[in-house]
Amino acid sequence: MATHRVKIFSLFERFWHWTQMLLIFVLVITGFGLHGFHHVFSFQDAVTLHTAAALSLLLLWAFSVFWLFTTRSWRHFIPTASGMWGVLRFYSYGIFKGERHPYRKAYWRKHNPLQALAYLMLKIVLFPAIWVTGLAYMFYFAWRDMPHATQWLNGIAEVHTAAAFLILAFVFIHVYMLTTGHSFRDHLMPMITGFDEVDLSPEEEAYLRTDQPADIR
Amino acid sequence: MRASIGALACLLSTALLSGGVHARDNWPTPPATDLQRPQVSGPLQGGTADHTKFEELRGPFSSGPEVTKACLDCHTETGGHFMRNIHWTWSYTNPDTGQQLGKRYLINNFCTNARGNEGMCAQCHAGYGWKDESFDFSDETNIDCLVCHETTGTYYKTPNSLGSPACSVMFEGKPPIDLAAVAQSVELPQRANCGACHFNGGGGDNVKHGDLSSALKSPPRTLDVHMGVDGLNFACTACHITNRHVWAGSRYRVVSKDTEGTGKPGQRTDVATCESCHGLAPHPVDSLARFKLNDHVQSIACQTCHIPEFARGGVATVVDWDWRTAGRTRNGEGYHEEGYIQANGDHRYTYKSIKGNFTYDENLVPRYAWFDGQMLYTTIDTRFDPQAESIEINGFTGSREDARSRIWPFKRMQTWQPYDKGNGTLVYTHLWGEDDAAYWGNYDMAAAIEKGMADFGLDYSGDYGFIQTISWWPITHMVAPKEQALACGDCHAPTGSRLASVEGVYMPGRDHNRWLDIIGTLLVAGILGGILIHGLIRFFSPKNASAGEHH
Repeated sequence: MATHRVKIFSLFERFWHWTQMLLIFVLVITGFGLHGFHHVFSFQDAVTLHTAAALSLLLLWAFSVFWLFTTRSWRHFIPTASGMWGVLRFYSYGIFKGERHPYRKAYWRKHNPLQALAYLMLKIVLFPAIWVTGLAYMFYFAWRDMPHATQWLNGIAEVHTAAAFLILAFVFIHVYMLTTGHSFRDHLMPMITGFDEVDLSPEEEAYLRTDQPADIR
Repeated sequence: MRASIGALACLLSTALLSGGVHARDNWPTPPATDLQRPQVSGPLQGGTADHTKFEELRGPFSSGPEVTKACLDCHTETGGHFMRNIHWTWSYTNPDTGQQLGKRYLINNFCTNARGNEGMCAQCHAGYGWKDESFDFSDETNIDCLVCHETTGTYYKTPNSLGSPACSVMFEGKPPIDLAAVAQSVELPQRANCGACHFNGGGGDNVKHGDLSSALKSPPRTLDVHMGVDGLNFACTACHITNRHVWAGSRYRVVSKDTEGTGKPGQRTDVATCESCHGLAPHPVDSLARFKLNDHVQSIACQTCHIPEFARGGVATVVDWDWRTAGRTRNGEGYHEEGYIQANGDHRYTYKSIKGNFTYDENLVPRYAWFDGQMLYTTIDTRFDPQAESIEINGFTGSREDARSRIWPFKRMQTWQPYDKGNGTLVYTHLWGEDDAAYWGNYDMAAAIEKGMADFGLDYSGDYGFIQTISWWPITHMVAPKEQALACGDCHAPTGSRLASVEGVYMPGRDHNRWLDIIGTLLVAGILGGILIHGLIRFFSPKNASAGEHH
């Protein structure tokens, strides 16, 4: 095993990540404005921006789901307990002692176990919670004549708001994590250039050098 | 065959006469999309008769009914049509509730009751001479055609009976009416015609409705986007579509949610709803916000956003009336006091011996509530708890759960008015008359109620008091231009929402779960705090130097 600089984030992944970041930023700002936490935008402008950003994000997600499954990249997010303890111990103890981060990126495992689990939960719990309730919210007038529609809307609004708080919490942790282990810059650059330090098996290295020479430096 | 040749000849001549490009456009028949144009408040458009040339209208006429006879000589069926409408009958039986309504029977919380006071009140009856129960509702020559159709502005009505000398002086010394000139001036009704009564409901300009005032005779577009003289200049009948002298639009039975819209071209001439012209998706969908606005049509009456304030245009409305103070005299005579100057500069009476105290207001923000269109009246027959704090003259129902209901704007009118304390009923008060019991002139409330009730054989305990009554007036006129309509944030706001009191619906921006917000805020704040602590420990850790080391 040897460490190499390998392209682990394709152009689409990076586009996905940064567009998603921008849209979530807009959604959080306008969403909490709509909720009455601030009055930076008029209600009408906030609704317009929020809805436009939400629809754009749904479109982006549709492409990303397609991408995840056609490129088999979804396998990066399969949860695993192996190595989890080491990561948890590092963040709650080892990091203060100046220990090295216990996780080594592999070519087919570019996230550490905690990261993979967090992203998976985001993808299958929080994001669906917010977009399913968001769509129901947006199309309220299509189902307003169903029985108990007001109570449903109330519940939907609460789930939507709760998910928004949790996503905001995720964003803060996510950004803070960039400052741990490596330097902030070292954490950030892979998502810009696509390249990061990865442990490659001789077979993986040979494969990349032969078939995808542009992806290994 | 002959008919079709005739039609062809007619079309040909029309085409030749009108000439040019336009003629080709209209050949062979006018396009189906050329919708009926709304009635404007002004000279007749496209009529085929000039009433000034009619022999029958040369006069001279010595009375109104003589003019009516002349009208009916040509308009042979109009009398029969007219006598079926509410302007004539003053009577309406609600088909849903079975309640006997109509001005003839109802009690309101302004001058209270027309019944027994027709000598005065029936000045606004579209007929001649209704002063008591003996009026002949089957005599079509009693119809007053002129009040609605004359356009000289010189026609006026006076009370049908003398009343107390103290009151009748008000109507003396008016110039005589040139009935022939008035008769020759007839047109379709203009705003001033309808307004002669409807702008003065409740005994004065805009007293009753709040959204119907003399300001609408020649309003700017900013006061009413449809009636504005510098805009569409609609007559009342542009919306209150008329068929055989029966008008669309009723306050007794309101169409709170029109689900049919415009119908096919040429249809929908039976309602006065906004949707009958503007359709069910009235906002052009050129933005996301407009898309949402069209959704709102299901829950919100058009009027709610498009009439942000009423009693605009300089004329105030009465919002509070207190009959308890009526009857004060100076040197044995009634008097009045001016105490309010409205925006157009006119002074308004704030006290009259005959009526009590009034409170005025203008540019009012309406009250908002779910409304299903059904008004439930407290009539003379309704019994209520005499100890009640207040009585709704016309309560209404409606809720989020009801498919017909929408959120409507209302004027709320509040009055202290006489009632039968013993029986718990409203009372007919005998206000107008030549006798000693008539309140106007004699100022004896006990005698006036005694007679008002006795004249109609009504049960009266003999013990009257004053009770607070509330009436609700759906606001539907004084539609502002769209740029003045409410913005989303006027209702979708945590504080100061226009719809703060409207229940049964979750409104984004207005509503929130307090606990969810607290927990969510604490969570995010906790995360930030945790990050801060974690970061500080890292920063001050003895082996900090290697913590960021690259592996």
